[in-house]
Amino acid sequence: MSGIPHDHYEPKTGAEKWLHSRLPVVGLIYDTIMIPTPKNLNWWWIWGIVLAFCLVLQIVTGIILVMHYTPHVDMAFASVEHIMRNVNGGHMIRYVHMNGASLFFVAVYIHIFRGLFYGSYKAPREITWIVGMLIYLLMMGTAFMGYVLPWGQMSFWGATVITGLFGAIPVVGEPIQTLLLGGPAVGNATLNRFFSLHYLLPFVIAGLVIVHIWAFHTTGNNNPTGVDVRKGSKEEAEKDTLPFWPYFVIKDFLGLAVVLVVFWAIVGFMPNYLGHPDNYIEANPLVTPAHIVPEWYFLPFYAILRAFTSEVWVVQIASYVTGGIVDAKFFGVLAMFGAIIAMALAPWLDTSSVRSGKYRPQFKWWFLLLIIDFFALMWLGAMPAEEPYASLSLIASAYWFGYFFVILPLLGVIEKPEALPATIEEDFDAHYGKKSEATPAE
Amino acid sequence: MFALSGRLNWRSLVSHAEDTEGTRRDFLYYATAGAGAVTAGAAVWPLVNQMNPSADVQALSSIFVDVSGVEPGTQLTVMFLGKPVFIRHRTGAEIDKAREQDQEAAGSFPDPVARNANISDASASAEDANRVLPSPEGEAPGAWIVQMGVCTHLGCVPLGDAGDFDGWFCPCHGSHYDLAGRIRKGPAPENLPIPPVSWDSGLTLKIG
Repeated sequence: MSGIPHDHYEPKTGAEKWLHSRLPVVGLIYDTIMIPTPKNLNWWWIWGIVLAFCLVLQIVTGIILVMHYTPHVDMAFASVEHIMRNVNGGHMIRYVHMNGASLFFVAVYIHIFRGLFYGSYKAPREITWIVGMLIYLLMMGTAFMGYVLPWGQMSFWGATVITGLFGAIPVVGEPIQTLLLGGPAVGNATLNRFFSLHYLLPFVIAGLVIVHIWAFHTTGNNNPTGVDVRKGSKEEAEKDTLPFWPYFVIKDFLGLAVVLVVFWAIVGFMPNYLGHPDNYIEANPLVTPAHIVPEWYFLPFYAILRAFTSEVWVVQIASYVTGGIVDAKFFGVLAMFGAIIAMALAPWLDTSSVRSGKYRPQFKWWFLLLIIDFFALMWLGAMPAEEPYASLSLIASAYWFGYFFVILPLLGVIEKPEALPATIEEDFDAHYGKKSEATPAE
Repeated sequence: MFALSGRLNWRSLVSHAEDTEGTRRDFLYYATAGAGAVTAGAAVWPLVNQMNPSADVQALSSIFVDVSGVEPGTQLTVMFLGKPVFIRHRTGAEIDKAREQDQEAAGSFPDPVARNANISDASASAEDANRVLPSPEGEAPGAWIVQMGVCTHLGCVPLGDAGDFDGWFCPCHGSHYDLAGRIRKGPAPENLPIPPVSWDSGLTLKIG
């Protein structure tokens, strides 16, 4: 499976040979977990394991919650309260599921920005990157539909606003919106189909995770230097790598343990900190909460959605050029999805031949600004739709697009990168001293 | 079935005829593939169409609302097809203000048409007179205005007596509507739509 030469599974006993010649499943697992992994991976590389843990956690707690939940507009809210008050340990399982979604997004954002900094998206890992972006989109869809299920005020009005986004598409928008809702407004039909899809999508994500792993096991992991593992021979490759098991599994589990300390502290002591109190009020189609806020992980893109109003000149130009088809509402929707598509296009927008941001003196600062921009958008998305937040949102949105469509293509041309280490081994030895003669197990 | 010797091009996957054009077998392949595609489409469509509104949801309903208790300066909100409808009884001052708003924004309404389902002319202008209900006897023209309480931006319910134009204000993304429910400021693209509505008898409204 891997392009890096390494030892493969050899069945030894008769039983192993019997199985291997019929179904080489042990060999598949062996080759997967023994994959040669660049030995200079730093702590930013633990988040893949955290994400895998989150997916399992959400599926397991989710299956349990479904045993007690009722997807009907008259009973959904009460059944969630039933879980919270009556089901043995139900409140804890629900709090884990609720906050598990937040942990999932913390991990995925760090994972994405790690990829953006170290150039993990660049050739030959474009497929890994694109599959990752698809997983991220599905995660957002799953999280959104899951948030509707408790049928609180934020559930209902969040669903109204988000399905309204589809209604903004010219011509086909309204039939699509009706198809999604199953009626003229968010109602029982909507709740039922969201429940069905919320149960389905995590398994689609699980399938894509396998494709994601398959893709980067074919190319090999990226690493903090961005320098390729030497693939001339097994001996050469072994100077740059260590097998994933046990070295990286143990390291990743230590990282996971530290992350979980924080996670359990939040679940145990402040489980509603990231939620919104309005969602403990049952859905009411006649009263919109004074201030609708999506979950924190949607805020950066929500800020971009709101930033483009009809007073903005680019919106006015777009409206004029398209003869009014692209109005402010549709423009906002395009901008929001465009912000994610911009990320997905990074492999083709970045013209620099150097992968890792460590060796790109100018890139570093623009990237730092992108991180600040992301948090600024997150903060702005939670603010009311008024000045000065509207103008700030516009500036922050402009930088997001500027980074991907202007800065990344230009930097590759104007920037002079620093010297790269010749090999991963050289970089490793520079940090940890020359110990590569001794076996790491000693 | 497929000869894997020599070059393999896409045609060899569907056709045995590499050196002659259009054999009887080719025709059978394309006809089968075409029939298969149509059958697959016919099988999938019900699986998609089931998501559209069901018969009970679709059943067009009309509602009757007694508005005799709605004093001038107040608003009644009722549910119609799962959505709120605002029934506003305007005071004389509010009517005057709405007519002033006709003047102050003349020619510069973000949405210049009436959006009134009761006017057959879809391009009727958004002036106040084209948006209000005919007044019952003894009341000033423009005393009643009935509109869907659904923001045309992303579907929130706007708040009454609020916003920069004394009409409605949507708290979700800051759309301001004036006293005739016309969008004046913010991201919403259209005026609040007016559903089919008429006086039934006395002070009872028929909506739908």
